[in-house]
Amino acid sequence: MSFTVPANLAAEVDELITHYPVKRAASLMVLHAIQEQFGWISPEAVEWTAAKLELPPINILEILTFYPMLRQQPMGKYQIKVCRTLSCALGGAYELHHHFCAKLGLDAHKHGPQTTADGKFTVEFVECLASCGTAPVMMCNDAFYEGVSHKKADDIVAGCP
Amino acid sequence: MPQEYKLILKHADEPGYTPDIDCYLRHGGYEGLKKALAIQPKDLPDGKKMSPQEQIREDVKVSGLRGRGGAGFSCGLKWSFVDRRSGKPIYLICNADESEPGTFKDRQIMHKDPHQLIEGMIISCFANDVHLAYIYIRGEMPEGAKILIKALAEARAKNFLGKNILGTGYDLEMYVHRGAGAYICGEETGLIESLEGKRPYPRIKPPYFPAVLGLWMCPTIVNNVETLCNVKHIVEMGGANFAKLGTPNNTGTRIVSLSGQVKRPGYYEIEVGKATLGELINDPKFGGGLRDGRKLKAIIPGGSSSKVLKAGEKFKLKKKDAEGREVLVETDMLDLPYDFDSLAQAGTMSGSSAIIVMDDSVDIVETLANLSEFYAHESCGQCTPCREGALWMNKALQRMAHGQGRAGDADYLVKIADNIPGGRTICAFGEACSWPVQSFVGKFKDEFVAKGVADEARRAKEVAAPGEIKQLAGAH
Repeated sequence: MSFTVPANLAAEVDELITHYPVKRAASLMVLHAIQEQFGWISPEAVEWTAAKLELPPINILEILTFYPMLRQQPMGKYQIKVCRTLSCALGGAYELHHHFCAKLGLDAHKHGPQTTADGKFTVEFVECLASCGTAPVMMCNDAFYEGVSHKKADDIVAGCP
Repeated sequence: MPQEYKLILKHADEPGYTPDIDCYLRHGGYEGLKKALAIQPKDLPDGKKMSPQEQIREDVKVSGLRGRGGAGFSCGLKWSFVDRRSGKPIYLICNADESEPGTFKDRQIMHKDPHQLIEGMIISCFANDVHLAYIYIRGEMPEGAKILIKALAEARAKNFLGKNILGTGYDLEMYVHRGAGAYICGEETGLIESLEGKRPYPRIKPPYFPAVLGLWMCPTIVNNVETLCNVKHIVEMGGANFAKLGTPNNTGTRIVSLSGQVKRPGYYEIEVGKATLGELINDPKFGGGLRDGRKLKAIIPGGSSSKVLKAGEKFKLKKKDAEGREVLVETDMLDLPYDFDSLAQAGTMSGSSAIIVMDDSVDIVETLANLSEFYAHESCGQCTPCREGALWMNKALQRMAHGQGRAGDADYLVKIADNIPGGRTICAFGEACSWPVQSFVGKFKDEFVAKGVADEARRAKEVAAPGEIKQLAGAH
């Protein structure tokens, strides 16, 4: 299967490579750029990135499999990440996560990211999002939300077209 | 009375203050940089000359600035370790991988006042002959990354960055590098590996001290966001004046992140050591006390890795008496001055200056289970004691939290925790995952034992009447 890179992404990748004296260092930023475009990083994207950075594909695969934010399969159009760690847990993060799962027909006790059957939402617990003073906090794609009540959670879901 | 003292966050929360460069310049921005670049070589009594760079480095030493990331190591000393004779380029990395549970101070700086960080970085780079620097920001802060990228472009357009900065002949380039959700990237050698495009496996020290063998095996300085901001203020006010803020050996200000069960969680900048733990939690200017009708149970004083303090604990604190003699004074945990040294004397640390407050509604076993899940998830897996130990502790604690405790679990947990740190792992994550377990179980042992005993008794009853065995919801 071929992997076609749109011109804007190709230009972004070329620019990113100039930020480092050693090409390999650009790999994480290039993977971010690819994921932003396609939503996940396919095996073809791994091969393409490796060729671009003059590396064996394993050098890309090994980081893809390490970092939780990088995805090896397509995820929902909207990715809901609920902070799980202590301050948020004290502030009701588990109840919030349960609320999302119940609302979207997912199993709150299952480990790892879960996607709704229609592919619209992915819900997962993540570790500390560094906003402990406004617990519970969450992200929906790149947007960040603080002090999320169940009502606010409903509004966030309703605000996803 | 303890007061907030806003040095780093002076403008961040003012109405109308925006993160763009024009607003920063209107508030006196980049004057510190101009001052630094205008410093002239100084003649020393022995006939030698002290370069402007050496003068700034000396001033940072005089300021007493200690790292704001967690370890509290002297910034001036860290800079003095940099190998300047190797002929290799020197790099500077801002550690913006803020991810120690409880900590949310760097987020405020980067989102609200990014140019303060950039100015602090440019001065630090100039002082250390750095020509290429990176801001390593955690992946979960896409908004912060965008703000910083925009701010760097603005600084470049005004020639605060790039070639021949402000006509001085000094060149510096700076880029944003994003992480991707791994706590271990906050460990400086893990961060360096991550920046190089590898798995963020921390490097063993010696020999890989970043000051000598860092990024691409070149001398490298890794400083926290807040630390680098302080450099700008040290240059502006002078190291000696900076050292007047705070308390001896604990100079300057710190932004304290306060979270958990207090009325007013938030971030509060104080002179280091000028407020006590109790004041930070109870004073109406800070935490405003616990929720009505609740009593204090425990405090995590410096990020989730720091050892927990139990309500009512007393410590012997070194103090000077009227005649200057050192005496030991019994001090309640709430009366500990919030600084590096007092908390160290209490057997814990101020770490990333993040306080998590727990009241008497909290189940201490579940609290530790929550933290241990974090560490089990975040161990990079490189060293066996940490990779396996963090998982074992988490499995035992999840079992306990789900009603399957055993009377011997408390001892079992401490036994594992005691066998992870102390040079058995490459990095300090081994300590970080063990300290909470050692301190929680050590200080609340009766609660861990009681839970185990109760669970065993309940199970014994269930075995006697097998029809009543129930699947526990949520057990992993």
